[in-house]
Amino acid sequence: MSTSAPYAVLLVPAAAALGLAFVRDPKLGARLNVAASLLTFLASLALLAGERPPPDDLLIVDDLDSTFVALTTLVGFTTSAFSASYIAHELDTGRLTPALLRFYHAMYQLMLGSMILALLADNLGLVWVGVELATLVTVVMVGLYRTEPALEAAWKYFILGSVGIALAFFGTVLTYLAAQGVLGEGLPALAWHRILGAAPRLDPALLDLAFVFVLVGYGTKVGLVPLHAWLPDAHAEGPTPISAVLSGLLLNVALHALLRFRMIVAAHPDALAPGPLMIAAGLASLSFAAFMLYRRRDIKRFFAYSSIEHMGIATFAFGVGGPVANFAGLLHMAMHSLTKSAIFMAVGHVAQACGTQKFAELGGLVRSHPRLAFALGCGMVAIAGLPPFGVFTSEFLVLGSAFATRPLFALPLAAGLLVALGALLLRMLDVLFGEAKAPAAPVRAAWWPLWLHLALVLAAGILLPDPVVQWFRRVAALLG
Amino acid sequence: MEGHLLDLARLGAAGMLVVSLTMLTQERLFGLVHLYALHALLLAAAVALQALAQHAPHLLVTAAVALAVKGLAIPWALHRIVVRLGIHRDLEKVIGAGPTVLLGLALTVLAVLVVTPPTAGAGALVRQDLAFALAVVLLGLLLMVTRRNAVSQVIGFTSVENGLILAAAGARGMPLVVEFSVAFSVLVAMIVVGIFLFRIRERFDTVDVHALDRFRGERP
Repeated sequence: MSTSAPYAVLLVPAAAALGLAFVRDPKLGARLNVAASLLTFLASLALLAGERPPPDDLLIVDDLDSTFVALTTLVGFTTSAFSASYIAHELDTGRLTPALLRFYHAMYQLMLGSMILALLADNLGLVWVGVELATLVTVVMVGLYRTEPALEAAWKYFILGSVGIALAFFGTVLTYLAAQGVLGEGLPALAWHRILGAAPRLDPALLDLAFVFVLVGYGTKVGLVPLHAWLPDAHAEGPTPISAVLSGLLLNVALHALLRFRMIVAAHPDALAPGPLMIAAGLASLSFAAFMLYRRRDIKRFFAYSSIEHMGIATFAFGVGGPVANFAGLLHMAMHSLTKSAIFMAVGHVAQACGTQKFAELGGLVRSHPRLAFALGCGMVAIAGLPPFGVFTSEFLVLGSAFATRPLFALPLAAGLLVALGALLLRMLDVLFGEAKAPAAPVRAAWWPLWLHLALVLAAGILLPDPVVQWFRRVAALLG
Repeated sequence: MEGHLLDLARLGAAGMLVVSLTMLTQERLFGLVHLYALHALLLAAAVALQALAQHAPHLLVTAAVALAVKGLAIPWALHRIVVRLGIHRDLEKVIGAGPTVLLGLALTVLAVLVVTPPTAGAGALVRQDLAFALAVVLLGLLLMVTRRNAVSQVIGFTSVENGLILAAAGARGMPLVVEFSVAFSVLVAMIVVGIFLFRIRERFDTVDVHALDRFRGERP
């Protein structure tokens, strides 16, 4: 059972994608989508608990991968439940047709499957295939509404994404060339665990060059400044469940791919130190996004910039390195993906209830939709990094480890966090407590995914159970 | 014998670089489509010669796919799109031909400078292949950035891909090259169909400020 788990996690979404393409009834499709996502989540738990099969040059299951797979499938499952209620509303208003929804559900599973492939792949070529497939599927999803802005956003995402595709691929070829001299030709020279094992013997100059290409290539997908331009448009114009999955999962998957290469380069004594590069990229993203938050007029775009900010924080943490910072970075990725997907779920319902995404037309949610306002308020307090939520814990750890090892860089980090906090509080007051501006319709929401995410983040903030801490510590140690 | 084949393959790669530079100056869409077909044919030839030189018959599949899909089918489809959408007269550039070519030459020099020193251990042959491939990739990206028209951006994208396949074929024994090339071809075909279905003509990067406003989706 345990050795078949990695294949189950991959096969369920693949089979579901194929099957859902033939389901005509959108309601049934949505239910099957939830069921398939649940099945994948259960398989990923088996993967997490089961023993680790030895890597076979194509797939690898270690603690790091299985943690991310569990997180990905959990958010994939809850978002599919949110998507079912969201989609029902879109069908009623006629924004989406049953034929489009058939396509949407098949693509949803394909996207989940390709993200899992990118996480579990040992072969660096397969990692690339997974990330790119997920990107291209989301390109199609972003353009789903087929309005002019949606098509423009999808096209921009595609063009900038292809720059990332090209550079990351070139970096992968360079890594292969570096490994080929030591590991011989063929599959083993692309297998990550072998390359990592042989890393100290590889050609450092080639590795440096490869890492720069990979950093820029996958960095585009992570949304690191200055390669972030696709991200706000893609988040704002696509269906909200896709925004939730993009922010919560795809950015993590790209960062995970980047981490693999970072481990290879860090294992070589003479290769360039990946830390400073990642610190610089992280700080640039954080500071830029924090200031940009003030000028956003669209609520989904606003939270897209907040995602850039948080990916910047995580990248910064991995750049600082060491057990504490790595632990903080991993925790931050997990907390961000849970919180941000919860926020997008709430925002999706808000946008459907008020019929707009513009801040100028939103307001007074506390009076019109108290429950929704409470959920969105909790999410915004959490993402702002305020206690008692888990994001506070992880940001505190990042800041603490930065002050301990690189105090000079901790100052701009703290400044960026404060600037972002201000923007979030300002907007929260407007949206929740400001004057009601639009006639608001009642919402039919699927509440449990939202509460589940917020409860998990709250629980992590109040007390992280010891086994979880031990687990994360082990994974952080893997990262070196 | 093997050395001669590799020399010929390198000639094909150099030809691709020249075609890439020419594409930057080409203003008519028909001309661009034809140049792209030539680019793909040269790629097919270079990969086929690499296959013979490396005794790697699977690379012949890559060459055949490049020839059939990229050399013939996609140019044919793009040709039809240009006619159907009535965009063959468009002169569309963000910056003029002169500066673009200068930028292109600078990128080519950059590619050689970046790739050559670190690959000293990898052998002279691989280094040149990589330098050519990176130059083709960068020129393709430049083409995508300097054009506003969707068809020329797709041509830029596929020429980037040609550069990537060139790089992968040049790296001896690189696994999955065939799979990559087939997947790329399917992808490009999908995009071309997408352009046709949605009638995408111009996307972002206009100099029109109002269009930029709309495109950012944020008007006060």
